[in-house]
Amino acid sequence: MIGLHEVYLVAGLMFGGFALASAYDLANPKRWNNAAFWGLFALSFLFGDQFGDLANGVLVIAMVLIAGVGGLGQGEPRTTSAEERRASSAKLGMRLLVPALAIPLVTLVCVLGLKGVTANGQPLIEAKHATLVALTGGALAAVLLGVLLLRQPISAAAQEGRRLMDTVGWAALLPQMLASLGAVFALSGVGPVIGDIAKGMAISGPLVSVAAYCIGMALFTMIMGNAFAAFPVMTAGLGLPLIVTANGGDPVAMSAIGMLAGFCGTLMTPMAANFNLVPAALLELHDRNAVIKAQTPTALALLAFNIVLMALVVYR
Amino acid sequence: MLVLSGIVVVIVGFAARINPLLVIVVSALLTGLAAGLNIVEVVAALGKAFNDSRYISVVWLILPAIGLLERAGLQERARTLIAGLQSATTGRLLSLYFLLRQITAALGLHSLGGQAQMVRPLIAPMAEAAAESRLGALPDDWRQRIRAQAAAVDNIALFFGEDIFIAIGSILLIVGFLAANGIVVEPLALALWAIPTALAAAAIHLLRLRRFDRRLARALSVPEALK
Repeated sequence: MIGLHEVYLVAGLMFGGFALASAYDLANPKRWNNAAFWGLFALSFLFGDQFGDLANGVLVIAMVLIAGVGGLGQGEPRTTSAEERRASSAKLGMRLLVPALAIPLVTLVCVLGLKGVTANGQPLIEAKHATLVALTGGALAAVLLGVLLLRQPISAAAQEGRRLMDTVGWAALLPQMLASLGAVFALSGVGPVIGDIAKGMAISGPLVSVAAYCIGMALFTMIMGNAFAAFPVMTAGLGLPLIVTANGGDPVAMSAIGMLAGFCGTLMTPMAANFNLVPAALLELHDRNAVIKAQTPTALALLAFNIVLMALVVYR
Repeated sequence: MLVLSGIVVVIVGFAARINPLLVIVVSALLTGLAAGLNIVEVVAALGKAFNDSRYISVVWLILPAIGLLERAGLQERARTLIAGLQSATTGRLLSLYFLLRQITAALGLHSLGGQAQMVRPLIAPMAEAAAESRLGALPDDWRQRIRAQAAAVDNIALFFGEDIFIAIGSILLIVGFLAANGIVVEPLALALWAIPTALAAAAIHLLRLRRFDRRLARALSVPEALK
């Protein structure tokens, strides 16, 4: 069965490759920081389950200190010049798009096509992690096609991957770190405390309740970085007692629209790093909040829409 | 109340532009200590959470493939493709991608797009090329704005498309939460309520992209001497 274990093995080898290539990159004045950072990440993927919680905690803190205090540098892997790329693009033509389109295609096949396939009586792909397996398969297929069809050297995959990884830098760790922070918040009982504060605000009246719940979902999502963490807290704290119990609203419409109000918050917060900060790094934007700024007008308009929609339908 | 100190650290730390990784670790340690754990327990809790969240960073596996294709000239190919289309504008191109992304996400294919695999190698270069071929060389600030718009389109279309699909995580979370509170609900009933907001998201954002096109054209057609 292909599952998370195999995916992590591939990821560990890739980060290990980045670490090794970084260590030999004399053009990077902070090459040892880069090597240590990606090396520790590789260890986490390869041996994280054997380390035990405390060792993993020390590993996280070491990675954060390397990136946050020591700082990471930009490597200079050998790549092609703008001239060479234009020439290569003209020569390869439409063939260039084949590996790029193979990524979504392989993903599609893995997610839909291999669902029922079994090997030795076990499902071929662990159903729970089909998307991650599909992504890994798509990435490997694209590299393979790049080598076979476009005649790129295989070593370029490691060097070019490192070039992009250095562009993203420490921000690459942010989404995982924020998820970990969310888990520590949950363990420490942050949610119920916020829920109690919301309950204590003495809100009443059907329309005010709807507005408070929707805005509360958006705000708490902005703090936590994702609507999934905010939904149980806000719905137990505001939604169910005020809208459903006190005013007789429909819990189904309330929950569905409340979640979407939370998504409006996701568009406006740096805490949703994978959606908002990582793209800014990937696209080499000077302002790391540029994506949030582009999204905010739509997010606010949609939040207003969701409040009005819920007010119209929840008490029917 | 003391457990909220971590949230304060996050807000202040992000606002003060301190390295977010440091802010997060300090916030996690403080929150755990405030909840009565000792320092070893907090570090272990953070380590366990980090180890359990590794799946989030698997997305970086796509980078070697994207880098390899960029080396071979993929971005240039994407540009050439768009530059040949007379009717392509930045706004129209992003609108088309918005609709494709939203519809595929609604069908449960939310992994078809994405910032690393679609926006950086294809959508952003195409959006830039559409502007360049009509309006000439792009000043850096507008290039930046176009890229940010490309990233925003991917996010907004995904968020307000995926909830129409009944087996997505957020729908399952709602079903589970309501069941725990004694309310039985079919996923389909929840998914239907996502449709009005999906339509509103498309209407609002497509309108904004049309305005973006107009602003872009106005800004770039002003003769140099008048700037």
